[in-house]
Amino acid sequence: MHRYDFVRQLNSPGGDRKRSRAMHVDTPLLLLLLALCGIGLTVLYSASGESIFYVKRQATFMLFGLIVMIAFAQLKPRFWERWSLFIYTAGLLSLVLVLFFGVGAKGAQRWLDFGVTRFQPSELMKLAVPLMVSAYLSNRYLPPSFKHILAATLATMLPVFLVAHQPDLGTSVIIFSSGFFAIFLAGLGKRYLISTGLLVIAAIPILWFYVLLDYQKQRVLTLLSPEQDKLGAGWNIIQSTTAIGSGGWNGKGWTEGTQSQLNFLPESHTDFIIAVLAEEFGLIGVMTLMLVYLLVIARCMFIAINAQTMFSRLVAGTIGLTFFVYIFVNMGMVSGILPVVGAPLPFISYGGSAIVTLFIGFGILMAISTEPKRI
Amino acid sequence: MRDDAAFSDPQRERMIFVGRLFIGSLAILILTIVLLLRYFDLQVSRHEDFATQSKKNRVLVRPVAPPRGLIYDRNGLLLADNRPSYDLTIVPERSENIDSLIGALDNLISVSESDIQRFKQKLKRRRPFEQTILRTNLSETERAILEVNSHRLAGAEVSARLIRSYPFRELFAHSVGYMGRINERESRTIDALKYSGTVSIGKVGLEKFYESQLLGTVGSEQVETNARGRVMRVLEKTPSIAGDNLTLHLDSNLQRVGYEAFAGERGALVAIEIETGGILALVSAPSYDPNLFVNGISQKNYDGLLYSKDRPLFDRAIRGQYPPGSTIKPLFGLTALASKAISTNFTIQDDGFFYFPGIERPWRDHNSATGGHGAGVGLAKAIIESCDVYFYELGVRTGIDKLANYAVEFGLGHTTGIDLPGERPGIMPSRAWKRGARGQSWFNGDTINTSIGQGFMLTTPLQLAVMTARIASRGDVRTPRIVKAINGIDIGPDSEIGKIEIDDRYWDYVHKAMEDVVHSGRGTARSINTGLDYRIAGKTGTAQVISIDTDDKYDSSKLEKRQWDHALFVAYAPAENPKIAIGLIVENGEHGGLSAAPIARAVFDAYMQSRAQPTVVSR
Repeated sequence: MHRYDFVRQLNSPGGDRKRSRAMHVDTPLLLLLLALCGIGLTVLYSASGESIFYVKRQATFMLFGLIVMIAFAQLKPRFWERWSLFIYTAGLLSLVLVLFFGVGAKGAQRWLDFGVTRFQPSELMKLAVPLMVSAYLSNRYLPPSFKHILAATLATMLPVFLVAHQPDLGTSVIIFSSGFFAIFLAGLGKRYLISTGLLVIAAIPILWFYVLLDYQKQRVLTLLSPEQDKLGAGWNIIQSTTAIGSGGWNGKGWTEGTQSQLNFLPESHTDFIIAVLAEEFGLIGVMTLMLVYLLVIARCMFIAINAQTMFSRLVAGTIGLTFFVYIFVNMGMVSGILPVVGAPLPFISYGGSAIVTLFIGFGILMAISTEPKRI
Repeated sequence: MRDDAAFSDPQRERMIFVGRLFIGSLAILILTIVLLLRYFDLQVSRHEDFATQSKKNRVLVRPVAPPRGLIYDRNGLLLADNRPSYDLTIVPERSENIDSLIGALDNLISVSESDIQRFKQKLKRRRPFEQTILRTNLSETERAILEVNSHRLAGAEVSARLIRSYPFRELFAHSVGYMGRINERESRTIDALKYSGTVSIGKVGLEKFYESQLLGTVGSEQVETNARGRVMRVLEKTPSIAGDNLTLHLDSNLQRVGYEAFAGERGALVAIEIETGGILALVSAPSYDPNLFVNGISQKNYDGLLYSKDRPLFDRAIRGQYPPGSTIKPLFGLTALASKAISTNFTIQDDGFFYFPGIERPWRDHNSATGGHGAGVGLAKAIIESCDVYFYELGVRTGIDKLANYAVEFGLGHTTGIDLPGERPGIMPSRAWKRGARGQSWFNGDTINTSIGQGFMLTTPLQLAVMTARIASRGDVRTPRIVKAINGIDIGPDSEIGKIEIDDRYWDYVHKAMEDVVHSGRGTARSINTGLDYRIAGKTGTAQVISIDTDDKYDSSKLEKRQWDHALFVAYAPAENPKIAIGLIVENGEHGGLSAAPIARAVFDAYMQSRAQPTVVSR
């Protein structure tokens, strides 16, 4: 296991380690997440047009998320295993409710409105699906049989379709990935992998003609040739690639990015915030952020391998792999190699509920990482 | 639980898992390299291209607000105009220090504490580089001062926009209405693109009803900015298209005469051109200055209007619902004749009280104290002198079904369809209505109350005017309209004109009786006939504000003025060839003949005079 040694070295020395274990805090992971929050707030300040208002709100969300994370870290992994079916069912029911009573913005129905607070069931599903699938498969003989793979796939695809229908393509991609990764890590056979791949390719024309809405097709077409639609859907991509490209190696400097500061870049503080970072901090900045992200994922892998039960292993591995999907989808779409689906960049994009979900996921990871060893 | 537990092999499971995780990590590594290659391609290989493009990228597309359509009265006088307003705006990104900038501005021109507070509120919720208004309505002097000092006021800018202005102030507030800032609720329902250059929207009156016509089409301009975003020049322009101009049936002169005739009393008047259904005057008194709302009304001013006992914001003409009282008598007289419930020869003996078999307490006549209207009271006399006992009898003989059916045809009990928002329907009680609204069946006592326009019955002044116009025109049913022409093209009267079929003898009979209300020696509105060189036909009415017990006598001296009866009057002129019909109410005016009828006379006089010498108006 020597290839994970560099991650191991991130562990803090013995004394603190005991204390943090008692508090169920995984110190390396905590430090990495704090670093991401710091980078996020710095870029947000510039991306929001030097608005202290947005920074304060986002910092509040982050603080709240941290507290929630540490609170959730106190629960034993066994708790999640037991309650996963219940959480999943509740999430699925509320997704159906959204279908009928949901409220939303920009033509999408995503929230349930309880008067005092709003609740976005698709956020819950980002965690409920990996928990459910992991709990289901870890109680079966592995590698899973065809029957169990089918059941797990069904459990994944149900919420995926409901969320895609809202429509929220970005989130449904995340939910799909998390379910898929759990099945994959449990030992999905090679022939299944290959046949799934073929099935996906076969499904593309069906998706194109029967499932995707006009504006979603437009986004794919825009990806292929953004110049065709300069002031419409292609505008975002032209402006964001210009912002990224003009950043060069070193960037134009903090709050000095003309593309974002002069309002050319749309959604600059939410989904397209990586373009601001790339414009103002250059490729160096992008690579630094990427390094921190990779360290987070590496730490997840380390926790997964050392986890005590199959369930814990699957959950930790899935969360780690899914975290990369967030990054890849967002950075890919802003740089113009993936179609534009609404997907925030974790810990950097402005927005409360996504951040809290992320922190809860890492809270579960910390619970797994600090679980006492079984003899 | 574990179904295949006997065969599970934890060690093997773990190895599979680690293997899979390794494959996953490998995939992550590959995809990361793909991503970084893409960023490397954009940021290093093609950096020069993008850097050049970014430097050139200073062209912004901005919306250009269209000028709103103007509103003219029938003589071409401007009722709603657009005038430039100059605002002091700040873009915080371009100033070194906002507080010192505001301080400097306050030294040059006055900036109030509430301005600063509102500014800071807006600052929190704006997009980057958006101009935020610090002060509105700059005077010419203030603009000059700011211009001279502009070099040391980086971040501050004077921007012009067109705002609405209502030169007649309170005179047309209830018909033309006013504009105001688009609020959050409205912003969710409007088409954001159409309003991209516009901050205001019609809130009430014609401004609201004809919003889509008045708005116009938004234009756009491509502007070049310098490195800090300041606009250097306009490259390309798609001009906006002005909104449609409205010409109204309203006549400023009649409107003014009508409004001033109220002389501080509360009430409403609607005058209709009988031939077209066009509204010549629509008065609701007291009124308010709509200009107060245009730039955002202050809380103090708004509270003053909102909580005033006189309710100036309330449009009594189309939203005020009052019992019509005796003004309903000509209509019910026609109804009884047309449905053969009575004949013109039918008379009664009126001793001041009406007894209905099986009900102990009698209904009173308004002059029961002096012994009623005596013997031989026929329909004409009952209208001229407003005899209640006659109409109690008439109502019972005709029945509520006939009364209600005809009233609905004459425009009561439902909205008239005028081109103004918020019209109220009033109530024309009927068996069906009472069952629906009260869950009770209809009693004879209800019919008796209704037959003199009391009880459940409610009408708006607009409905009274419409009813009178339909009586005057012998049953022509026209929808009342305020707007006469759009962009100079006449809308014209409704293509479909309804007709209420009633025998000409009955029209003649009732018209004559209404004429005698004004012109005979015993008519209730005889006080307005002095010096008349044309003839008016009308009917007075009184609506109770508080109910008086049968045994008590109404005595205004014992009551507060706000509990006095409402005075009503409906009329048309000239009697022999009707042109204009009026419905009006004076709240707590006590007696229709004394307080309401003179207001109608003033409007009729002005109308007849303008017809004698048509005013030549050039635009």
